[in-house]
Amino acid sequence: MAHVAHETSEKEIAAPNTGAIWKTFWILLILTAIEFVIAFTMPANTLRVAIFCGMTIVKAFYIVGEFMHLKHEVKTLIWAVLVPTIFVVWLLVAMIYEGGHMY
Amino acid sequence: MSVAHTAPAVPENLTWSGGSEPLKASYGKLMMWFFLLSDTFTFSALLITYGMIRFSQPAWEGTTDAFYFATTHWPIPEKVFEAVPFLHGMSLPLVFVGIMTFILIASSVTMVLAVEAGHRGDRKDVEKWMLWTIIGGFTFLGSQAWEWTHFIHGPEDLSLAAKQLVDGVMTPIEGANLVRNPYGPPAFADLFFFITGFHGTHVFSGVILNILIFFNAATGVYERRGHYEMVEKVGLYWHFVDLVWVFVFTFFYLV
Repeated sequence: MAHVAHETSEKEIAAPNTGAIWKTFWILLILTAIEFVIAFTMPANTLRVAIFCGMTIVKAFYIVGEFMHLKHEVKTLIWAVLVPTIFVVWLLVAMIYEGGHMY
Repeated sequence: MSVAHTAPAVPENLTWSGGSEPLKASYGKLMMWFFLLSDTFTFSALLITYGMIRFSQPAWEGTTDAFYFATTHWPIPEKVFEAVPFLHGMSLPLVFVGIMTFILIASSVTMVLAVEAGHRGDRKDVEKWMLWTIIGGFTFLGSQAWEWTHFIHGPEDLSLAAKQLVDGVMTPIEGANLVRNPYGPPAFADLFFFITGFHGTHVFSGVILNILIFFNAATGVYERRGHYEMVEKVGLYWHFVDLVWVFVFTFFYLV
């Protein structure tokens, strides 16, 4: 332990390795820009909502996978987070569907 | 170091009391993941409520150009959120909320850069990127304060506001609150305040945590500890806040 602490206080700091981080940043930025273009060029309909939802899920994948590092964790942890979330999405879709029948 | 007869020297944060790591994650990180999962349920509850209420209310049937504010139909988001600070009187739909989205994504990037610097034990870089993340967080909060102020004031031209019956006369609604608002059904403003407010509270506590981490990094607490795992744990929280905003942005502002 003392050995590790000693090492970091020395001038032996590795060079930054940030290629993947910036790549993710550009993907997120471009996706958001495309969402704007769609918001102003496409008429509001079910297809547009589907496209927005799809792009949001792609963005979520990059944030959770790369920034939160979940992609590189063990499979059990990935499933532990993913499975409850899938049920939440199911409830969301079900309630939106039910909501449409209330009016 | 005489570690020949003991287990390989694993940093303390990577072993639980039994000496092994469930799911190859440290205790702190795993608990942060489960906390975030529970927080997902809370935010999902709000978004599910939003989805159900919105689709149970009448939608605007006409074209976007012909749209007007009324309590009888749900407003089109780009008609409500079209103002930008310093550009008074111009109709710039969703531009400001786009800038806010960019600020939050950018601060998420500086956070992950701080985490990366922590892995290398680079104290100077951790300090630098944490500071940028804190600035990003405050900028977002300031933007949201402006957004709320503008929302609460309502449209400048009162004739555009939704109308309600007062003493038998249809009168424009001045200002938004939880009971009525000049944009549409009361539930619209209620959900706006609750969802963006709950998210803003998360951003605020995230900024406080980031300041604590910056302070500890700057005073050498993590250098003495031998690892920068606290940066990673708070980083998880900060990215989650960004993630929630991505969903709020899509469901509240775009759809």
